[in-house]
Amino acid sequence: MPQQTETEYKEILRQYLENQSEQNLYMGEAFSRKLIEKDISPEEVISIHKSALKDVLPGLPSKVWHSFDFLIEMMIRYGLALKEHQSLVKRQEEMQLEMEVASKVQETLLKTKIPVVEGMDLGYVTVPSRTMSGDYIYFVGNDMDEAGVAVADVMGKGIPAALCMSMVKFGMDSVQHSSEGPSGVLSVINRIVEKSVNDSMFVTMMYGRYDAKSSTFSYASAGHEPALHYVASENRFVELDAKGLLLGVSPDARYEEGSVALERGDFIAIMTDGVTEARTPEGFVEKDTILEIISSVKDRPAQEMAEHVFAELDRMQGFRLQDDFSLVILKKE
Amino acid sequence: MGYRSSVDIHTEWDIVAARQLGRNEAKKVGFGTVDQARITTAISELARNIYLYAGAGKIEIERLNENDLFGIAIIASDEGPGIPDVRKVMEDGYSTSGGLGAGMPGVKRLMDDFRVDTEKGKGTKITAVKWLR
Repeated sequence: MPQQTETEYKEILRQYLENQSEQNLYMGEAFSRKLIEKDISPEEVISIHKSALKDVLPGLPSKVWHSFDFLIEMMIRYGLALKEHQSLVKRQEEMQLEMEVASKVQETLLKTKIPVVEGMDLGYVTVPSRTMSGDYIYFVGNDMDEAGVAVADVMGKGIPAALCMSMVKFGMDSVQHSSEGPSGVLSVINRIVEKSVNDSMFVTMMYGRYDAKSSTFSYASAGHEPALHYVASENRFVELDAKGLLLGVSPDARYEEGSVALERGDFIAIMTDGVTEARTPEGFVEKDTILEIISSVKDRPAQEMAEHVFAELDRMQGFRLQDDFSLVILKKE
Repeated sequence: MGYRSSVDIHTEWDIVAARQLGRNEAKKVGFGTVDQARITTAISELARNIYLYAGAGKIEIERLNENDLFGIAIIASDEGPGIPDVRKVMEDGYSTSGGLGAGMPGVKRLMDDFRVDTEKGKGTKITAVKWLR
């Protein structure tokens, strides 16, 4: 231990013993910061104290000196606990950094382009509750008269969900044509997920396809949250659900397909349970409340609608999402 | 090779005897109070592991003198089940430690050199060395 540290400590201690002023204590506090910076362990501090005291108050009885040795013994494990803590903090910082890099990689992986289709307005929001997301939104389209939209939700959160989700992404890459029917798309993805993801992982997914020529929206669901169809002429919401097993449960799962005709002003909302199971300190947000929020902005462009619903639900949850949040609005102009 | 002496570990009280031996030898080498306390804490930890996980074994203490360097070696050996995953045992925050700063990483921190030889079903030998500065 550096001689200088001991000399400084002795001086501060001597002054304190003489005056016992707050100023002396403040100097002591400042000095302890220096000791921590120099990585001097608690047991060493007591050893410094003991040898300083030997100079300042030499005449103490021998039992007092022995008591310091006892105190040193007491402090060894505190020193070890401190070191362990420091090393765990460092490891956590490294992991945090890795997570940030991983989330950037995921962002790139998840990039999707909204297709431009005559007479249809598309908008979406997807926000992870932690660094990594287990939700997935992907668009397919020919930029003419067809668009496909996939919304998937991996149960669970964080890294495991994100890894599993990249499987869905690679599956979707094989679905290049927007003319592919919803139940066919789900069958393909199901086989991929079933092969490559372990049994404890479950994925729900909805795939919808809009055909501008006939103004119809067809859809299939793998155990996913029902979509909502806002029927403008009747000013009401209709749930769109179709039978189908979660992805990855059975390789032979079949997916029922449904379809609806869209009129001007109608829109479809596809979401994950981060929307429908939003929680506030008072409990779940009522379904009616969510419908009210959505219909309050029904005349705005699709992107603004999605952003508004997110902002409202985020605010209601105290800006701390409980689950990954994803919402797609597909609106007939 | 320097002077070597040993204590057999069968009961919890043998841990005290091992500490005593270690402290005496550390004093003879010339270690100060803080390092004596570190060396005996390392002995406690290793002896306790023998007592808890192997049932029986021994702690040997050796005074070292290499060139101009003086030091002390603790050799903890047993014929217990062996350590299945040494890497895991050396991780901070694993099992016995749980934030108490103990366990193998603790012993490694208290000493300068640390070495584990273990074989499943045959036993474990841990050598930890501290040098006088």
